[in-house]
Amino acid sequence: MITKRIENLRHKSINTKPSISGERAELMTLFYQSEEAENLSVPVLRAKAFKYLMENKTIYIGEGELIIGERGPAPQQTPTYPEVCLHTISDLEMIDERPKVRFIVNKEVKKLYTEKLIPFWKGKSNRDKIFAQLPQKWLNSYEAGVFTEFLEQRAPGHTVLGDVIYHQGFKDIRKRINQRLDQLKGSQESDEQAKKDELEAMLISLEAVSIFAQRHLEKLNTILESETDKTRQNELRKMIQVSKNVPENKPKNTWEALQYYWYVHQGVITELNPWDSFNPGRLDQHLFPFYQNDLAEKHQTKDEIIELLQAFWVKFNNHPSPPKMGVTAKESNTFTDFALINLGGLKEDGTDAVNEMSYILLDIIEEMRILQPSSMIQLSKHNPDKFIRRAIDIIKTGFGQPSLFNTDAIIQELVNQGKNTIDARKGGASGCVETGAFGTEAYILTGYFNLAKVLEITLNNGIDPLTNKFIGMNSGTIENITSFEDLMLAYKKQLNHFIDIKIEGNNSIDRVISKELPAPFLSVFIDDCIANAKDYNAGGARYNTSYIQGVGLGSLTDSLSALKQHVFDKKTITLSAFTEVLKQNFKGNELFRQRLLEETPKFGNDDDRVDAIAVQIFELYFNAVDGRPSAKGGTFRINMLPTTSHVYFGSKIGALPDGRKAGKPLSEGISPVQGADRKGPTAVLKSASKIDHFRTGGTLLNQKFTPQILEDETGQEQVKNLVRTYFNLNGHHIQFNVVTAETLRKAKLEPEKYRDLIVRVAGYSDYFIELTEELQDEIIKRTEHQNF
Amino acid sequence: MTGIVFDIKRFAIHDGPGIRTSIFLKGCPLSCWWCHNPESQKKGIEHLRFKFKGSLSIGWETTAEELLIEVEKDRPFYEQSNGGITFTGGEPVLQAKFLMETAKLFKQKNFHLCLDTTGYTAPKIFQEVSQYIDLFLFDLKHLDDDYHKKYTGVSNKLILKNLEYLVETKKEVHIRFPLIPNINDQANHLENLAEYLSSLKYINNIFILPYHKIAQGKYEQLNFENKMNGIQEPTKDEVENTKFFFEKSGFNVKIGG
Repeated sequence: MITKRIENLRHKSINTKPSISGERAELMTLFYQSEEAENLSVPVLRAKAFKYLMENKTIYIGEGELIIGERGPAPQQTPTYPEVCLHTISDLEMIDERPKVRFIVNKEVKKLYTEKLIPFWKGKSNRDKIFAQLPQKWLNSYEAGVFTEFLEQRAPGHTVLGDVIYHQGFKDIRKRINQRLDQLKGSQESDEQAKKDELEAMLISLEAVSIFAQRHLEKLNTILESETDKTRQNELRKMIQVSKNVPENKPKNTWEALQYYWYVHQGVITELNPWDSFNPGRLDQHLFPFYQNDLAEKHQTKDEIIELLQAFWVKFNNHPSPPKMGVTAKESNTFTDFALINLGGLKEDGTDAVNEMSYILLDIIEEMRILQPSSMIQLSKHNPDKFIRRAIDIIKTGFGQPSLFNTDAIIQELVNQGKNTIDARKGGASGCVETGAFGTEAYILTGYFNLAKVLEITLNNGIDPLTNKFIGMNSGTIENITSFEDLMLAYKKQLNHFIDIKIEGNNSIDRVISKELPAPFLSVFIDDCIANAKDYNAGGARYNTSYIQGVGLGSLTDSLSALKQHVFDKKTITLSAFTEVLKQNFKGNELFRQRLLEETPKFGNDDDRVDAIAVQIFELYFNAVDGRPSAKGGTFRINMLPTTSHVYFGSKIGALPDGRKAGKPLSEGISPVQGADRKGPTAVLKSASKIDHFRTGGTLLNQKFTPQILEDETGQEQVKNLVRTYFNLNGHHIQFNVVTAETLRKAKLEPEKYRDLIVRVAGYSDYFIELTEELQDEIIKRTEHQNF
Repeated sequence: MTGIVFDIKRFAIHDGPGIRTSIFLKGCPLSCWWCHNPESQKKGIEHLRFKFKGSLSIGWETTAEELLIEVEKDRPFYEQSNGGITFTGGEPVLQAKFLMETAKLFKQKNFHLCLDTTGYTAPKIFQEVSQYIDLFLFDLKHLDDDYHKKYTGVSNKLILKNLEYLVETKKEVHIRFPLIPNINDQANHLENLAEYLSSLKYINNIFILPYHKIAQGKYEQLNFENKMNGIQEPTKDEVENTKFFFEKSGFNVKIGG
C-alpha cells in the first residue's frame, strides 16, 4: 500500500521536468578562483572544493519527506560538473531543445555559463585535457564509430557500496584514516607525501558530508519551529534524532541506515558525476538485521518501515542522470542513472541469502513502479523458487523490473578475475549487468566497442567507408581473402589493432584522471583505498578492473555466417561482388537480400553451424582484451552490453552481409539480431549460453513475451524453468520485455522484425505474426487494457 | 523408415507437463468442424495455395534419428521442468509404425513422452503404441455417436474403446475436451460426459479447450469450406461454469492445454 504522503512525493518526482541547475558549477568556480584554492595538492584541492560545495549548496527538505538530501537545489534540478565536462552554450541549447531526454535550461544558467563558467573553465575541464592528448588514430576511430569513450563527460565510478557504513560511523572511519596517517610518519614508505595528501583529503571530504548533515539538522530544527501539525512535528523530531546520530555514528535502526546511506550517496554524486550514480547494492542484506531489531524492540512497525523504504525509493528517482551530449548521449540515451538494487543471492558462507527484507523490497518495487532505482534479483541454485516466482509476478506487469541475474555465474566470474570467494559472494551486478565486488572494487566501463564495424573495415582493407580514411591495418585486399579462415584472420588483425588503440587511449585518460580528478570521498568507502592511502581513481581499491563493452555480437555473427555460407561454402557469389552489393546498400539486389535473410544460418536458433562463429568472435574479443594491464595497476576485461549504443553504432555502419541495411541498429547485448531467432526462447538461450559467460564481467540478454504468456500459473512456472535452465547453462543475465500494445502494433506492420514474438492467445501460445489480423487486433486491444 | 512431420515446436508449455518439444505428425482420420490445423489433415506432403503467402509446402519427410537430434537440444529444459516430448498432429497414430519407432528410440533416451490423440485407430495398433507413452492427452469431443459422426466425420466407438483400454491398464490420461458452443456444450451432454468419465474411475484430470476463432483466417486463406460460420466463442462465464460443473463432479479441471 502506498500512503498519501508517498503518493505526493512520487507524483512530484515523476511530474517535475528535469532542469539544469547552475548552483554546483558556480560554487565550484568560486572556490577554484578563491585564495583558498592556491598551492594545494590536487587531492586536497578537490576535497576542499567538495567541502565548499557542501557548506554552501542549498539544503532541500521537501514537504512530508522522511529521507532527506538532494543533489541539486530541489528534485529534478540537475547540477553540472564543469571541471569534468564544460558545456558550451550550443550544448545547453541542444539539451534544452531536444525532444528526448530534455533538460530545461533557463536564461540565468546560460548567462552564468557565458559570463563566468566558460571563461574560467575553457581548456581546463577533464574533457578538454583528455581530448588534447589523445592521438589522431584514436580520434579517427572514435569519429568512425569504432568505439565510444565513457570518461569524456563523466568521472569513473561504476562502483557499489559494501557494508562498511552499517558497521562504522564517520567517527570510526576517521580513526582508521588517522591511524594510517600515523603509520606513515617516518615510515619511509614510497610516495609518502602523495599518501599523506590523499588521506588528508579523505578527512576533509568526510568533514564536508558531516557539515552537509549538520546543515540538514539545522534546517529540520527551523522547520520544526514553525510546524503546526502535531504528526509532522513528531516526525521531524524523529528525523532530528536520526541526523544527530548518522553519519557520525554507526546506524542503530533502519531509518538511520537509510539516511546514512543517502548522505553518503549525496556526497559521492556531488563530489563528481561518476557513471552509474552510486548504489547501495545488496540492500536486503544490509537492512535485514536493522529491520529485525526494529520489530523486536518495537522501535518501528513493519508499515512504518515500508513507508520509509518507499520514501527512499523516490529519492533515487529525483536524480536524472547528468545531462549527456554528443556520442555519450547517443550511447546512453536515458534519464536513468543505473543505480541497481540487488536482492537475494548468497551470504558470505555460501548459503541462501533471501530473507524477509528481499520480499518487502520486491513489494516496494512493484508498488512504486518507478523508473529509478533499477532493481534486480540475484538467483542462485540455493535460492527458493518462491523468490523467482515473486519476481516473475512483478515482471509480468510489464515495466521491465526486476531483471534476473545468475548469482552462481557472478561469483564464478569474480573468482576467475582473481577475487577471493568471500569478496565475490559479497558482490553482484550494477549498472546494466556489470559484475563487481561490492565495496572492494573499482570497475570502470571505458566505452562500447563496435564489433561489427571492424568487419566493415576488414572488408575495406583498413579503410572506413564512412569517413573514407585509412584507420585500420592492411589486412589484405578482398581478392586475397579466399577462405573463411583468411577472413577471420584479417578480422582478428583489425580487431587487435583497434583494441590496441582503445587501450592506449584508456591508459592515457587514466593517467589524466588519476592525477587530476581524484575522488577522496568515494575512496573512503571502497576498500582498500584507506589502507593503500591511494585514491579510488588512481588504483587504490583492492581490485581494479577496466571493462570494454563489446556490441553487435549477433549482427557480426550473422554477417560472418552469411559470408561463410554464400561466398565460401556454396560459392554463389564472390567476396568482391558481395562487397559491391553492400556498398550499394542492396539497391537492385532485394532478392539477394531476402536470400541472406531466409537462407543463412542465424545466431539464436541453437544452430551449431552459426553459434560456433559467435564463439569464435567471443574468443577473439576475449583474447584481444582480457588480462591486459591498465595504467593504474588494474586489468582490462570484457563484458557484452549495449545500453543504447547499438543504435548509434548501427548509424555508423553501411549495409552488412546479414541483410541489415545501412544505418540500421545492430543487435543488442548477446541477443540475436532482431527477428532472426525463429525457434523460440529455448533455442535463444541455448545459443546465448554457448559463449563462456564465466570469462566476462557480464552479458545482457533480452527476451520478449506478451503479458498473456505470463498470465497463468503454467506460463509463470515454465518461464521460471526457462530462467533456471539458462542459469544452469551458466548464463549471466536475462530480462523479460513483456511487450506493450505499441510493440505489437509495430509487429503487425513489420512482421519480419518480430518473428520471435510469442503471444499467449487463449489457452495456448503462438507466434504473434502467425495470427490472423483480427486476432492480432484483439490481442493488441487486450494488451492495451493490461497496460492501462 | 521415414514419417511426415509438419511442425516442431520448442518451448511448448501447454501440451503436457513442463517445457516440451511438440512434434506435429501429418494426417488425421477425423475432420472436425473446428479443426485448428486444417492443412494437416491430409496424409503426406502437400502444396497448398495460401491467399497471401502463395504456395507453401506443408510437411516434410524425416526419420526418428533426425527427430532425436532436434529434441535432444532442449534436454536441459525438460530436466529442469519435468517436461519432455509431445507427439501431436494431425493424429500421430495414423503414422503408427513411424510413431512407434520414434517413441521407442526416445524412450531409450529417457524422455518423458506424451501422446496427444483423438484415440481413433484400431485397438491393436493403439495398444501397441501405448506401451511407449507416459501420458495421454486424450481428446473427447462428443459422447453421442451420431453427433460425433456429424461433427468429426467418424464414429466414437473405437475412441471410447481405446480410452477404456488405457483406463484398464492404468495409464495416465488427461482428457481434453474442446468446448464448442451449440455442438457439445449442452447441459445434458456435459452431464453424460461427467457420468461416463466418473464411471471410468482412474480419470482425474480434464482440460477444457474453449473454441477459438483463431483458425478462421486459415480457412479463408486456403479457400477451405468453413463450417463454423456463425458459431461464437464461448464466453468467459460459460467456460468458468463448465469448469465448475466438472469440478463439482470430482475432477481436477484446467482451462487450456
